[in-house]
Amino acid sequence: MSRLLLHPAAKPLLFVACLLPFLWLVYGAAADQLGANPAEALLRATGDWTLRFLCLTLAVTPLRMLAELPALARFRRMLGLYVYFYALLHLLGYSWFDMGFELAEITHDIAKRPFILVGFTTFLLLTPLALTSFNRAIRWLGARRWQRLHQLVYAAAVLGLLHFFWMRVSKNRLDEVLVYVAILGVLLGWRVWRRWLGHARPGAGAMPVKR
Amino acid sequence: MLIKTHADGFIHPHTSDITPQAVYLQRRALMQRMAAGMAGATLASWTMRDALAQTGGRVAPMTATKSAVSGATTVEKITDYKDATGYNNFYEFGLDKSDPARNAHTLKTTPWTVTVEGLVKKPANYALEDLLKLSPQEERIYRLRCVEGWSMVLPWVGYSLAELIRRVEPLGSAKYVEFVTLADRKTMPYVGSRVLDWPYVEGLRLDEAMHPLTLLAFGMYGEVLPKQNGAPVRLVVPWKYGFKSGKSLVRIRFTDTQPATAWSGAAPQEYGFYSNVNPTVDHPRWSQATERRIGEDGLFSKKRKTLMFNGYEPQVGQLYAGMDLRKFF
Repeated sequence: MSRLLLHPAAKPLLFVACLLPFLWLVYGAAADQLGANPAEALLRATGDWTLRFLCLTLAVTPLRMLAELPALARFRRMLGLYVYFYALLHLLGYSWFDMGFELAEITHDIAKRPFILVGFTTFLLLTPLALTSFNRAIRWLGARRWQRLHQLVYAAAVLGLLHFFWMRVSKNRLDEVLVYVAILGVLLGWRVWRRWLGHARPGAGAMPVKR
Repeated sequence: MLIKTHADGFIHPHTSDITPQAVYLQRRALMQRMAAGMAGATLASWTMRDALAQTGGRVAPMTATKSAVSGATTVEKITDYKDATGYNNFYEFGLDKSDPARNAHTLKTTPWTVTVEGLVKKPANYALEDLLKLSPQEERIYRLRCVEGWSMVLPWVGYSLAELIRRVEPLGSAKYVEFVTLADRKTMPYVGSRVLDWPYVEGLRLDEAMHPLTLLAFGMYGEVLPKQNGAPVRLVVPWKYGFKSGKSLVRIRFTDTQPATAWSGAAPQEYGFYSNVNPTVDHPRWSQATERRIGEDGLFSKKRKTLMFNGYEPQVGQLYAGMDLRKFF
């Protein structure tokens, strides 16, 4: 297993795999395969994939430790950047399809609607993480500070989930929301539990890794 | 058209005013074919193809006459049949827009009875056959604006609900009309899900229900209603958000108190009893100022402005004279 994960083709393969949802959406939009309301379909899909990649990213460390597969860590950065990629597409879709790129309307909308504000804040929290994802930034910040900064992902996870919950709650459609609550609950709960037991030094679960 | 005289001097037409040669030649070819008697056949097959694309030809046709009611026939482009029957909110058959088209085949529409009861002189159980014959069927082309921010243009077949109301003779004490829709666990897989309280109930003020634009619909696109669109009989209130127009009606009840409707019960701060289309009163989570016309407004084109009362203000505005529409949203 470890050898498979360390295979030189593993990373390019994962890169392409993570891009597939995007390519599928681009194809769907071009071929008019997204149903009667393509704008809505694109917005929902990019939001869904942001949450899915967030879950995958946060699953890397627990899996790495529980399955004793240190090689898993080499995929974490790419998965994390894909969270940002899909979040960016989601924001872009909202700004474009819903708001027609009218900056005044967008700022007004963000300020006016808590649901949008929470989503936008999630995006803002993810931005410094994406910007400091390269090795030089880690060295420049120092591992310790870099770790502290990247703990923002936990806040982003909670706010992202709140954004999704808010969208669904008025229609009482909480089944999918609860799936994400359960997954993220386990992933975040595991971290809290470890710290509670004193197994790990602060931040050890978020150890930066060399490529 | 601008008429140009010698006094205008030497004016060239805009290039866009000049008929392109290709078009000109096409016209010539068409005229030649017409002269040869071929145009009849060509046009016939062309219009037929259009008609088939519109209806899909899967359900029984219905005949109807053009409606004389003011505002009842918009000339906007009619939404594709495929979108109108494949993109539906009908939670009894699933929560995704594509679910009703997939699941509604289990709905049993015969026999069907609509009970009219409550504060009326002549309560009655109407068999669907009798209800169909109660008044001449009219075609009405209405805009439909969903509270979610999208819209369609749909050709309904039906008659004014007022026709039925007049026949049952409401008592003076009747102030509201409640519409109860079918909730059959055996044929509707999502009845019993926690999304809403079942059955789905909607309501109107009596004067709203009596308005000639309020339609009791039995068909669309010249055919009987597809099941996912609320067969065999539904309400269509074009100046209100779509969810006010209950599908698959089984009971119409006249009351003196405002009915407790499904969505205003589930989320009272988001969905009011009136739910008139109103671009100035936003939903808490999104603006109602604009809408996306399904199948027409491209992915990257700007959304169109939503009109007050969905464009039916001249017809229905007076129903709400003096009312604070922010409070009674």
